[in-house]
Amino acid sequence: MAAPLIDGDTVNVLVPVGSLGVGVRPAEVRYGIEHGAHAIASDAGSTDSGAAYLARGVSKNTREAVKADLTVLMAAQANAGIPLLVGSCGQAGGDAGVMWTRDIAVEVAAELGLRPRIALLFSEQDKAVLKRKNAAAKIRPLAPAGPITDQLIDSCDHIVAAMGPEPYVAALQAGADIILGGRTTDTAVLAAVPLMRGAAPGPAWHAAKIGECGAQCTTNNSGAAGVLLRIDGASFDVEPLARDNRCTPYSVSAHMLYENSDPYLLTEPGGVLNVEGARYSQVDERTVRVTGSAWQPRPYTMKLEGAAAGPYQTIMLIGIQDPHVLANLDVFHDRLLAALYARARRTISDADFRISLRIYGWNALTGQPVPAGTPPPREVGILFVATAATQSLATQVARACNPYFFHFPLDRGVELPSYGFPFSPAEIERGRVYEFRLNHVVEVDDPLELVRTEWVDQRA
Amino acid sequence: MTRLRDVSRNVRSKNAGPFWVTVDIFFKSPEDFERYGSSAALGSEVFAAALGIDAALVKRFRVPDLNVLKVSYPRETAQGGVEERDMHQGQQYVRLLDIELDQHT
Repeated sequence: MAAPLIDGDTVNVLVPVGSLGVGVRPAEVRYGIEHGAHAIASDAGSTDSGAAYLARGVSKNTREAVKADLTVLMAAQANAGIPLLVGSCGQAGGDAGVMWTRDIAVEVAAELGLRPRIALLFSEQDKAVLKRKNAAAKIRPLAPAGPITDQLIDSCDHIVAAMGPEPYVAALQAGADIILGGRTTDTAVLAAVPLMRGAAPGPAWHAAKIGECGAQCTTNNSGAAGVLLRIDGASFDVEPLARDNRCTPYSVSAHMLYENSDPYLLTEPGGVLNVEGARYSQVDERTVRVTGSAWQPRPYTMKLEGAAAGPYQTIMLIGIQDPHVLANLDVFHDRLLAALYARARRTISDADFRISLRIYGWNALTGQPVPAGTPPPREVGILFVATAATQSLATQVARACNPYFFHFPLDRGVELPSYGFPFSPAEIERGRVYEFRLNHVVEVDDPLELVRTEWVDQRA
Repeated sequence: MTRLRDVSRNVRSKNAGPFWVTVDIFFKSPEDFERYGSSAALGSEVFAAALGIDAALVKRFRVPDLNVLKVSYPRETAQGGVEERDMHQGQQYVRLLDIELDQHT
């Protein structure tokens, strides 16, 4: 990559928001541009919200929200003449998400009278290619996953490989004004321009990690959106984009804990960021300087994410205030579940279904026994979940169970109680369960080997 | 009797990707961190018992600059499965607050 920076030079990245569509603030973007940003960079998603977005190719953020943010950022890009990089477009970063974001960007360009050169980076993977990689022993599992099989690859609806910074650098060198990338590590989008311009890799990657959630690394992470990163040959500075917001050594260093299983090491496509030796100091009231971040090169790998639509669920909800039931909730749960299974098995010939009861107000979030001596709650809600291979079968199970779920007494021989249904019909067809099925990395000979680049050139 | 809730100013849990959960325990003081951050009272077996997981898979990290003990463990099933009860695992820390600390120190 480029030569080391001259002393005193920094590469400055404006991170407008933790995720495109969450809400950039025009005043913050102006501040970053006025303070010397060389690029605007943000991701647009992650795996955080679940497998449904990758499996279905649908964004979590609305089109309107993404368009509003792109309108501010594309105007700033054009006015300042600096590149705009967006990673993991459309939440999961599948091809559908990139094309969805492309269509919004083209619409915004027309409305603003702009003619940008847009690079599209696709990292959704062909199953045949992955099978060849697997046959060549180039795919390996990450804990706690097992080895990948052709069958597992085939079971996924969509598979993406998380890109590093190299495809972004290549697109910038080919003249891109705007890059809309598929699945990319959150850090790679932010590190691309600093690495291209010769910043040291340790500070570049560490700055990117600190900035990847926008203002999450500041003291006011709800009332502000973005940060400005300044990276040089040995360190980086991070400063909030909002004038009344601050970074402190604590707010910045604590961000290494967030959503990371390891607070010191972060594995990226071409190496590992090691921040064990990092030191955080306050430069001025709002800015923190970080030194001692180290980058350890490793053979180039890309993380694979694969998701699929699984079985269907139909749900019902009841509310219970009956004090006798509430005083014996665990017994009630076990008896009711047994009665529902017995009832459903008597009436439905296809026995391949599953029933789960979750008692909200008691132990729904863990399913584990509550500590001995826990006093009874005043009210609980019991969520009934039937899971089966088809929606119709899941609903049959729910309908068969309905009268038992509604009237099941704690003890036999008493008048049947009626619990509180909030809806009629009581059952709700919830749709499919979406599952992540891959937790593996693939070795590549070249960082662009599994990436396709397309152009929407409005300058031409 | 001292419990984890008494010596921490914040405990949080969160998914770290679809296959892992991470818990951050922010101790109230460097003294509390020194006393309990490495103690057997907060050893892997204790977390395994409280969370119903395999102790061999529990990873612990000390972050002295922040007075933090970080504990990470794989989920039993990937995020969003058929039996999902807490998509982002953000409520799982509550089970840890009553871990008793004195019996081990």
